[in-house]
Amino acid sequence: MNHLDVNIRRKRYAGAGAAAVETLRFSAFPGEFVAIVGPSGAGKSTLLNIISGLDLDLDGEVRVDGQPLHSDSGEATPVRIGFVFQEPRLLPWLTVLDNLLLVLDKGPPSEARCRHLLGEVGLAGVEHAFPGQLSGGMQRRVALARAFAVRPELLLMDEPFLSLDAPTAARLRDLLLTLWGELRPTVLFVTHHLREALALAERVLFLSRGPARVVLELPVQLPRPRRLDDACVGELHDRLLAQYPDLLSGLVESDSPPDLDVTDPAVQPFKPLETVR
Amino acid sequence: MWRPTDAWLRGLSLAAFFSLWQLAAMWLNEPLLPAPSVVLVSLWRDLTEGSLLYHLGITLWRVAVSFLIAMTLGTALGIVMGRSQRVDATMDSLLVLALNIPALVTIILCYIWFGLTEAAAVTAVALNKIPTVVVTVREGARAVDRQLMEVAGVYRVPPLRTLLKVYLPQLFPYVMAAARSGLALIWKIVLVVELLGRSDGVGFQLGTFFQFFDITNILAYTLAFAAVVLGVEAVLMRPLERRLTRWRG
Repeated sequence: MNHLDVNIRRKRYAGAGAAAVETLRFSAFPGEFVAIVGPSGAGKSTLLNIISGLDLDLDGEVRVDGQPLHSDSGEATPVRIGFVFQEPRLLPWLTVLDNLLLVLDKGPPSEARCRHLLGEVGLAGVEHAFPGQLSGGMQRRVALARAFAVRPELLLMDEPFLSLDAPTAARLRDLLLTLWGELRPTVLFVTHHLREALALAERVLFLSRGPARVVLELPVQLPRPRRLDDACVGELHDRLLAQYPDLLSGLVESDSPPDLDVTDPAVQPFKPLETVR
Repeated sequence: MWRPTDAWLRGLSLAAFFSLWQLAAMWLNEPLLPAPSVVLVSLWRDLTEGSLLYHLGITLWRVAVSFLIAMTLGTALGIVMGRSQRVDATMDSLLVLALNIPALVTIILCYIWFGLTEAAAVTAVALNKIPTVVVTVREGARAVDRQLMEVAGVYRVPPLRTLLKVYLPQLFPYVMAAARSGLALIWKIVLVVELLGRSDGVGFQLGTFFQFFDITNILAYTLAFAAVVLGVEAVLMRPLERRLTRWRG
């Protein structure tokens, strides 16, 4: 997969008064890790549903190299998509292995791949367990393995590590970065956890309150590997919130400091610290 | 402390029932209530010398055919009605009507319109059962987890696989409930159908025994019948359910 372009002019749910998303545009480079941060109810999940093709009812388009990613007629660019939901969403009546095989073509290569992936996420030996027998953290590993099983070119993640204890979430983040490094899918990672976004992503898009628009775009040029509690992440986090106190509510004050290079009136780029140690 | 297993409890309740029956028969000493021992002897004679197996076989065959027809059509209609608001609105009043037509009316009408044939008999039984299957399966189709269907959608799981691995397993508890109650209902209706318009089967035999006031044989046939029902439940339904709900742990 190559360049991803998302251009949503307007998305309104039937029966709802206001639009959920309006004039939301962004692009992602092949293999880029983009985090999308916004307040609750900002339409982040709506955005992922649109990009994944679950929701086709909108004014706007999602394109890959200029070709529509989805179309009603089914003649869409065949891009392999992985999706990690807020909840693991495993099928409780299928074993761990069958949950992975469900999304793959039948055949021995698929099974070998699934077993390899399960080993990689630290689940060797529980292939034949049912999801209900696993802990929440293990279920999320399975969901992560399922997303990578399809060799995704585009990986969509909707607050996947929410409601996990901090060490478990940290391990899963490391795992995600390892797998991302191997396959290099383009990742869109939705979260409302700013530190998580700064620690994982190469670029962070901040959304406004609904209807969602991009209010700030922030390239993160901190050295890898980095983790949530690293000093450089903390420093960027604090500096960002000092400059935009209401950023996480989706508000960027218009009287921003003059040292910011504003090129697009809709998007205010933020110059990160180049050398943070 | 020793605790009785489920199998033990099942056996125990049956044994208690037969003991009570035996005691009551001995105490009343009345030809209209033969003791279970007498009935068992008669049952053995019917099995070895009489035509019980033949009639039982015919009845079982009718039960199986009408059960399969009713489950297939009822499940399909239930799924459609559960998924589509419009179909549901269109069919709902007809469904309520069908639910409330007495079995006897359906049977008589089928015999009158289609003749005293095997097809009419099976149709009458299936028609009686279909509405209750529809109602149960419709509930299941309404309760299908949209989130899991979305997983299949996002990962572009082929339609047939989605149906078999994602959709139908969610309906399974409802289909199973419909099958359980369905089997119980169909047994009863098949006997009425046989009594009214067939010249073989357990229902026909019971009608004949009734004319001769042959209570011992009526009870012997009933026992044979009950044994088959318990057998089907133990050999077919419960293992099937256990296998398919294994994941609940």
